Amino acid sequence: MIYILCFVLFAVGLYGIFCKKNLIKIILGFMIADYALNLFLILLGYKKQGIAPILSKGQNLEKFAKTAVDPLPQALVLTSIVIGLAITALFIAIAVRIYERYGTFDITKIRKLKG
Amino acid sequence: MFSMPFFVVLPLFGAFLITFLNSVVSNKKIRYFLNDFFAVLFTGVLFALSFFTIGKKGVYYIGGWVPPFGINFVLDGLSSLMLVVINLISFCATVFSIDYMKQYTAKRYYYALFLLMVAGMNGVVLTGDFFNLFVFIEIASISSYALVAFGTEAEELEASFKYMVMGCLATVFILFGIAILYSKFGILNMILISKELTGGVDPLTKFAFFLLVIGFFIKAAVVPFHAWLPDAHPSAPAPVSAMLSGVLIKSLGVYALVRISFSVFSFEASLPLAYLGIISMIVGVLLALGQMDIKRLLAYHSISQIGYILLGLGIGTPLGIIGGLFHLINHSIFKSLLFLNSGAIFYRTKTRNLEEMGGLHSVMPVTGTTSLAASLSISGLPPFNGFFSKLIIILACVEAQHYVFAIWAIVGSILTLASFTKVQKFAFYGENKNWRNIKEVPFFMCFAMVFLALLCLLTSLLLLPYFKEAFLLPAQKALDIGEYIGLLK
Repeated sequence: MIYILCFVLFAVGLYGIFCKKNLIKIILGFMIADYALNLFLILLGYKKQGIAPILSKGQNLEKFAKTAVDPLPQALVLTSIVIGLAITALFIAIAVRIYERYGTFDITKIRKLKG
Repeated sequence: MFSMPFFVVLPLFGAFLITFLNSVVSNKKIRYFLNDFFAVLFTGVLFALSFFTIGKKGVYYIGGWVPPFGINFVLDGLSSLMLVVINLISFCATVFSIDYMKQYTAKRYYYALFLLMVAGMNGVVLTGDFFNLFVFIEIASISSYALVAFGTEAEELEASFKYMVMGCLATVFILFGIAILYSKFGILNMILISKELTGGVDPLTKFAFFLLVIGFFIKAAVVPFHAWLPDAHPSAPAPVSAMLSGVLIKSLGVYALVRISFSVFSFEASLPLAYLGIISMIVGVLLALGQMDIKRLLAYHSISQIGYILLGLGIGTPLGIIGGLFHLINHSIFKSLLFLNSGAIFYRTKTRNLEEMGGLHSVMPVTGTTSLAASLSISGLPPFNGFFSKLIIILACVEAQHYVFAIWAIVGSILTLASFTKVQKFAFYGENKNWRNIKEVPFFMCFAMVFLALLCLLTSLLLLPYFKEAFLLPAQKALDIGEYIGLLK
């Protein structure tokens, strides 16, 4: 169920990228799709009533392995969030420069390049 | 296998060093000299190092962590072939930028981004881990987005935004595919996943494969996904265009695609790849015919030549794969040379429009001659390298009894010849109306172009038995699934 919501969020992001005409809305669409993926990744490692994946002294190893959540997706998501930040920053920087040149965020009016 | 991490570490360090030195050294002249010196030094050292990887195989564990716990680098024939090509082109492009980038400000950021892009591409061809592959793809692409917008003119920003939207879409798909693979197998190591997959493929894995392939198709600009390329590649400064068309679309697109589909998924029904190749080849060259902007014309030819590479790889016979890989090497050499030529013309005349040029051969002999060599190569005339790789691909088509493919490949080649006859006629021959007083470009630019032009001739020698066994055959064998699994004991 929760995975389906993830896919819906991803689809919302894709809709934003493909159908919106405003540069900022396209960037938001990309961010939504990116976060849907991060959510998906983090859910892959999640367990109900899971504990933090840190082994302390005197803990039963077998029980720990059964209840601890998978730490790898968390590491992946951290990396992915940082990359997403870099992309968003560059996106917005370019969008600002485009606004300076064209005076608009509307992609139908930003058409100096021809096919 | 000690040298492997250096391909990623050295350019990263170089990018840091150049920006750091610029904030420390106050003398302007020394600063500019140091920028050029270190950029050339780092790419030159990488180029020299890449030759030592030829003929070697092995796995390097980062931090000593053995898979599945750690990330590993994998070196085999295909990786070393790609390493040589990437570092060769990056060296030539850096030498070319010494003079060319004087037209722009902030050279230090240019070199830093350039070296980051090289680090990303070297990482992509070396890595043996899915998530690591994604990270390196992002490093290379983010720096290329910034480099496309480097001039910050209206068109360049627009092209960069378009490129970014398409590129980010591709990486989102790739990450999605990787997430699904992780949910299925619980590991990210490419060799181990490839081992798991030898039993058979279920629908979920097929979906993940589909997502990955869509991502790599966008990166490689195969025809239904090509819309960003003719905008992005011409907008970048010329040495960056040479890198983008010469190696970026190949290492991020073709190499990753081939590695995933042949080595990891042991994908055998590769004929769809050949069909896409044919479509790219014909559509690309037809769109190129009508262009009057020289760099845009070259960008469309990149799409078309990627089609040849995919056709060779898609036929799947050993001969076809060798042809495809050989064409990959050749294309990166002559296409970078052509982009550098267009940069040299732009440096002197400040125009990219073919109609405004004319008779440049008499005033810029070096540019004219090297461009003639590259044009003959790309159109497939002997004795240049393009002839031999196209010949092998066509022979492979005939050998595999796909006669229709062979005919289309020949048609594509003829159209390419027509298009480059146009370039030569408009730019270098004909009447010299406006450009009687310009000179040849400075030494470093000439050096890079002459070097690449000589390679256009010399790489034909790769087909001689000795070089073939040292360089091309290991790359072809590396695509065999058993060979890939065997790397990790």
